Amino acid sequence: MNEIQLLTWVRGSGLDIAVSIFLMGVIWRLFEIYSLGRKKDLSASRCVAGASGWHTIFRRSLPPQGMVKKSPVSYIGGYTFHIGLAIVVFLFAPHILLIRNLTGLSWPGLPSQFVDLAAVVTMAAMVVVLADRINKPVKRYLSTFGDWFTWTVTFLPVLTGWLAVRHLLLPYTTMLAVHILCVEVLLVVLPFTKLFHAFTLFGSRWFNGQVNGHKGVAV
Amino acid sequence: MSASLEKGVRVLKEVIDAPIASYFNSCVHCGLCAEACLFYTETGDPKYTPIHKLEPMRRLYEQEFTLLGRLKKMVGLSRPVTDAELGEWQELVYNSCTLCGRCSVVCPVGNDIVYMVRKFREGMSASGHAPEGIKGAVNRTVSIGSPMGVKLPAVQAQMRHVEADYGLPIPLDAEGAEYMVMLSSMEIINFPEYLGAIAKIMNQAGKTWTLCSTAFEATNAGMQIGNSDLARVIVSRIVEGAERLKVKTVISPECGHAYTALRWEGANLIGRPFTFQVKHIIEVLGEFQEQGLLKTEGFETDRLTFHDPCQLARRGGVIEPQRKLMKMVAKDFVEMPDAGFMNWCCGGGGGASAIEEGEELRLEAFKMKKSQLDAVKPDRLVTACANCRIVLEEGLEHYQMDIPVVGLTELIAEHVAEHISEKGA
Repeated sequence: MNEIQLLTWVRGSGLDIAVSIFLMGVIWRLFEIYSLGRKKDLSASRCVAGASGWHTIFRRSLPPQGMVKKSPVSYIGGYTFHIGLAIVVFLFAPHILLIRNLTGLSWPGLPSQFVDLAAVVTMAAMVVVLADRINKPVKRYLSTFGDWFTWTVTFLPVLTGWLAVRHLLLPYTTMLAVHILCVEVLLVVLPFTKLFHAFTLFGSRWFNGQVNGHKGVAV
Repeated sequence: MSASLEKGVRVLKEVIDAPIASYFNSCVHCGLCAEACLFYTETGDPKYTPIHKLEPMRRLYEQEFTLLGRLKKMVGLSRPVTDAELGEWQELVYNSCTLCGRCSVVCPVGNDIVYMVRKFREGMSASGHAPEGIKGAVNRTVSIGSPMGVKLPAVQAQMRHVEADYGLPIPLDAEGAEYMVMLSSMEIINFPEYLGAIAKIMNQAGKTWTLCSTAFEATNAGMQIGNSDLARVIVSRIVEGAERLKVKTVISPECGHAYTALRWEGANLIGRPFTFQVKHIIEVLGEFQEQGLLKTEGFETDRLTFHDPCQLARRGGVIEPQRKLMKMVAKDFVEMPDAGFMNWCCGGGGGASAIEEGEELRLEAFKMKKSQLDAVKPDRLVTACANCRIVLEEGLEHYQMDIPVVGLTELIAEHVAEHISEKGA
């Protein structure tokens, strides 16, 4: 298989397979998790403004009082690479074009120089959080193969995309094919690894907010 | 697999629900929960990271409730949960977790970690891996009626002493009273002034109240150990007593977990809503204050601070009333850093204070409370939980800090205006 054939495959069958596994995986995993249900709370509730599942979904996006100081790398690095990823994935013109071709949905993108900068900042932030994971005793203690693996499959699409745009390391066609392949690997593993928090964190925050909101505690 | 482990696994499979599944799938191993746990912050040992305390339950969840996990189990790629492992986890699930819930309010993905620890304890208890100290407390509560072995005659003796000291009646089994007052063993044995304070306050407010001969003990070691069957037996006594006496409100004493057991878990344990209300004594005092039924005279002039019991404040939603009450009787009331919603645990909640072998760790964790106190240097420390009070006193003594600890109810009662205490209960 030469580079053109590879590019054709990753853009065609490869993408179809990856997107299918991703979609079916997400639906299956969501069903597997939320179909477990839970018991109804029979205690009398206490109503307090701001104490609900919906409030917690939003509130928990902000660091609780004093926590940034305790773990600045987690928060600053975490915000930076999450926002950076969102910019790179959803506001880069070629990505929007691809999404339009697949779904018909479209929105304005950002200038490519800005997205380029966002990619560099994202990668730098990811390297910093990786170093923090290696360096901090608690993070190192909690880390498993899954943590290193998911970091890698998240980092590679950004790196290869940036290299492709910059025409670095490999010929453009080859790098583009490698980039798309990396994205496909990410899509395939996402529902089955800790990357699935991208979906479940909303449910988790809602449950936490609802259970505590029932007691009149805004968490 | 031993029979007890099999039972534990079965119980764990029963308690794993959608929230737990969602929480396990959301964890990104960021470790921020460690920064919220005083057992980690004061020891620096990463094994005390809250989410790590749930690792056996997480594996069981994965192996039993996920497709990939079941496949891995089928081909022998997963490590089963063993008795030895659960034995090792006892220290993490009981000694070093007071169910304070700080981890649950900092987790960025929103995991309610303490919700999971509470459920994990069900499996630990069923598999025989609960600490002996709490097992003893549960057995005494179920067989004798209280974790400290206190029986009705002891309560009646205290009632007589208090009646003599305060010159006020202590009603027992008074049908149709508005309030049924619950006690904790600690109050019966160590802090009888609580009962006197109640008599004085109720007398001033002109409210009818009663103790119940079949349900005077509010604490629920069954909940702490994680055995819902036994917790149900203990709560049922209170429900039966309250319904027999047809009271409107049951007052949980100055005890944090008794409040959680009765107010939030009680109805779920018996499987139906209560026919009466449950309030913590601080909520009742707050209501009396708002309604003008609580009138005080004079002020404490020394420097006072307030320790929020976790189950009352962060886990129970009662945060402001205690502050308004403090200001009613204290000229120099100062707040410790992190007071209120984010207050640090005394280190002995959730049954931890009953675990003898956990004492060294508990005292190590107390350094957090010490630093909170050092920041404001109070003359006295006020709280609203008899268990916190004992744990605080032990910690203060260990670190040679001369700070007396008092209960808020009795502090308020000391200021109840005598000349208007004549309305009669």
